[in-house]
Amino acid sequence: MPYSDKILDHYNNPRNVGSFDAKDATVGTGLVGAPECGDVMKLQIKVNPDTGVIEDAKFKTFGCGSAIASSSLATEWLKGKTIDEAKGIKNTQIVEELALPPVKVHCSVLAEDAIKAAIKNFQDKQDVEPTESAARAQPVGVGG
Amino acid sequence: MVTTPIYLDNNATTRTDPRVVEAMLPYFTEKFGNAASRNHPFGWEAEAAVEEARDQIADLIGASGKEIIFTSGATESNNLAIKGVMAMYKKKGNHIVTQATEHKAVLDTCKRLERDGAQVTYLPVDKYGQVHAEQIREALTDKTVLVSIMAANNEIGTIQPIKAIGKLCKEKGVLFHTDAVQAVGKVPVDVADMGIDLLSLTAHKLYGPKGIGALYVRKKDPRVRLEPQIDGGGHERGMRSGTLPVPLIVGFGTACEIARREMPAESERTFRLRERLRKGIMEKLPETYLNGHPTERLPGNANVSFAYVEGEGLMMGIKDVAVSSGSACTSASLEPSYVLRALGVGDELAHSSIRFGIGRFTTEAEVDFVTDLVTREVDRLRAMSPLYEMVQQGIDLKKIEWAAH
Repeated sequence: MPYSDKILDHYNNPRNVGSFDAKDATVGTGLVGAPECGDVMKLQIKVNPDTGVIEDAKFKTFGCGSAIASSSLATEWLKGKTIDEAKGIKNTQIVEELALPPVKVHCSVLAEDAIKAAIKNFQDKQDVEPTESAARAQPVGVGG
Repeated sequence: MVTTPIYLDNNATTRTDPRVVEAMLPYFTEKFGNAASRNHPFGWEAEAAVEEARDQIADLIGASGKEIIFTSGATESNNLAIKGVMAMYKKKGNHIVTQATEHKAVLDTCKRLERDGAQVTYLPVDKYGQVHAEQIREALTDKTVLVSIMAANNEIGTIQPIKAIGKLCKEKGVLFHTDAVQAVGKVPVDVADMGIDLLSLTAHKLYGPKGIGALYVRKKDPRVRLEPQIDGGGHERGMRSGTLPVPLIVGFGTACEIARREMPAESERTFRLRERLRKGIMEKLPETYLNGHPTERLPGNANVSFAYVEGEGLMMGIKDVAVSSGSACTSASLEPSYVLRALGVGDELAHSSIRFGIGRFTTEAEVDFVTDLVTREVDRLRAMSPLYEMVQQGIDLKKIEWAAH
């Protein structure tokens, strides 16, 4: 199958692999997909509570090269964006940037879902008392 | 040193042996006759070559040359065997017994016949992929015409207890067909000893050319008859019309002749290399699982699942190595291998599987290169895997409510 150079670059040199403490109130975690479907993405954002800017992002992905590349790209794009700007990231932009073939479009959909789930998780934490937030920190929105 | 890419997909196809190519070449040029031309030397020469190849193929499976029908490949052989028998013996009954991990050429042929009114029993396999004669005994009815069980599986390499099944079929008076594409030339197959009535094989899995296959059709005890599926000039005892591709047939015969002579030493060598690969990978990497039977398997086949790593993702990391995966990421269905599913391998492990197929031209240096590369890539991808991380944290993945997508 012909993979674009950009997919291969993200696969071979993935950006921002890793994890933040999911219990941290400034961290939002999105976990989407399912092992039996062959794709699971965990995407985390670290938000500055004063400015609402995503200061850092990390991912871990179980999946094909396109899934890894989609999530790696998503973390790159998230850094420096406000929450509202981040909500505007569309899967079609990922498809375009990575030149994903049609059978791999679902990888970009999953990445968009992961972004949305991470944002939702972060916002849910802001809506409750900090202590309570720490207690219910165990993940996470699973959708996809 | 090795040169890349490395070919480790010998269950998909094999490289044509240079000795086979050599034998074929004159039949494209000066010896170009039609084997059915009975009235000039060009035809006689072609016919003699075809008959010699027929005997070479027959010798490899303990048959007589007269029992070999040439086809375009094993897909056609399977179609001809199953459809041809069911049409010919329709007065006797309409029931077929087969099993879940057959090749699609058998399963889809059976499904078509089902739509036309046949009854088909698809037996389940055990966790190693084997079906047992006792299961078949229980499935037989007075309407059973044919039992079709493959000799060895193309994905997991599991070898079926063909001799026991053949004996049972003989005892019960039903015909026994086996798709022996993966087995012939790799492990001993003998139609007399194993009680086989029909056997499908193809040249390109045993270092012969693509586009030529054969169906063994037993001539006595019992004499098996077939309704032809392709009509025309009455070639191949009327069972399969069409001008014979003489160069391909000569190549097929030569490939079988080489296989017959070299199989004992070659199978020992491919087995040794496969074990070197399997142990090299599985002893270095925890949570890796061999799919298929631990001992009753093709010597060159290793099908391994790497937990927490997706098969197609791994294939990208080892892109200098040609292998196959049970992951269905490339297909639209999102469903992993039906063979692994039939074994009861969970979908997540099916997605994580890689099939390694070692063959005649695989070297020890290649095996060592692949062992190192696979080990390194699996470690890298596990470090990137959320599943691996969760398991390290003591989270039970089965207790998480994943949303299927």
